[in-house]
Amino acid sequence: MSECISMPSIDRSSAQWFTAAAAIFRKDWQSELRTRYAISALIMFVVSTIAIVIFAIGSESIPSDVLTGMLWVIIFFSSMSGLSRTFVAEEERGTVLTLQLLASPSVVLGGKLAFNFVLVLSLNIFAVALYSLLVSEFLIVTLSIFWITILLGSMGLAAAATIIAAIIAKANTKGTLFPVLSLPILLPLLVVVINATRLAGEGAPFEDAVREFQFLIAYIVVVVTVSQLLFDYIWTD
Amino acid sequence: MKARIVLGVWISVVMLLAFSLPMVTEIRQWFELPVIPGLEQKARILFFHVPTAWLSTIAFIASMGYGIKYLKSRRHEDDIRSETAAAIGFLFCILATVTGAIWARFSWGTFWNWDPRQTSIFVLLLIYGAYFSLRSAVGDEEKRATLAAVYSIIAAVIMPFFMFIMPRVLASLHPQPVLNTEGTTAMNTTMLMLLLASFAGFTALSFWLWNIQVRIQRLEAHHRAISFGDQHRG
Repeated sequence: MSECISMPSIDRSSAQWFTAAAAIFRKDWQSELRTRYAISALIMFVVSTIAIVIFAIGSESIPSDVLTGMLWVIIFFSSMSGLSRTFVAEEERGTVLTLQLLASPSVVLGGKLAFNFVLVLSLNIFAVALYSLLVSEFLIVTLSIFWITILLGSMGLAAAATIIAAIIAKANTKGTLFPVLSLPILLPLLVVVINATRLAGEGAPFEDAVREFQFLIAYIVVVVTVSQLLFDYIWTD
Repeated sequence: MKARIVLGVWISVVMLLAFSLPMVTEIRQWFELPVIPGLEQKARILFFHVPTAWLSTIAFIASMGYGIKYLKSRRHEDDIRSETAAAIGFLFCILATVTGAIWARFSWGTFWNWDPRQTSIFVLLLIYGAYFSLRSAVGDEEKRATLAAVYSIIAAVIMPFFMFIMPRVLASLHPQPVLNTEGTTAMNTTMLMLLLASFAGFTALSFWLWNIQVRIQRLEAHHRAISFGDQHRG
């Protein structure tokens, strides 16, 4: 069991690790483009939640910190609809064994993590664009804080969602379990990104959000490290 | 048998004292408890609420510890211990939430106001809930044990982030915990002794509950194995 947790050592094998992870990433990307399951689910979810938010607001004027919080509600639930796909699809297609033979667990996790990150980042950019187009009261003053929050928030979201997706792919009720397991893990992240986005909306100087960014980076490092250590137990039957 | 009676008498005496010792502003006798400003008689919940909150965390750590042990040993016994510790932790977590909410109703005027303490116990409840939904969603025994252990480790690693971030976002009205950073406490020795006695009693009680539950589960697993064998012999 222990030799399976092969962390990439530095020098030559590190380059090999990246090439292998990139191959996993490319494979996922190609099969995603073939079916467009995750992408269309994510887009539809973003569009419909934003529509519901707009219907709920009606002609009321909503304070901007509520609107920034609402943006993350949209992002959280949209990600919950598509991010579990990477691992669930492997189980459904029965390709888990092939992947286990071809790549080490840490490479698989690396590739899937990269794929989910790209997916969630593009989803977030799309959601922000649509949200600021349709909700006119949504204003961001300090753009630097806002975009760094989106970037780090996407990374953290992808990191936590990937390991939880790996867990739920082995369970019987995959769909409902994903948000249930993810929420307690993602809650500290959500609290911080909502706070940082509020700062960006209020036009706080960049220095005010440094603590938030430190927290987000710490969160990402911890979640990715723990995922790498534990993934082997989930992945290999 | 004898230990059980001792435990019963111990907790009864502690609870009796907790609700009957007089609270006075100027302490003259050894059995008198101090009046803590702002809490007064409501401070008596301390002897029940604090041990339950403490045990809900300890049980979670114990559950994670046995989870790690399971991942190493792959013995079903360790999974039984881990699950049972989580079940008892969940029970105490509910008790701590409910007693805390009742206390908040009379101290803060509302059952729930998203105080950082309430938020963190709410998250602990969510984690316990997620842990048990995960367990019920996995059919295979070994897979269930592994996934539950992995999930409890991830959750335990995330928990410290709450301790760090919550006070920054929200200010707390919760009375200072017993083990606070300043090392200050408004309690006198009698009150502290009584609280420690309550801690000891509840810890022993939960250990006893855990022990019974582990033995029941072990017998059930054994019984399943035997009846499975009978069926297959025809």
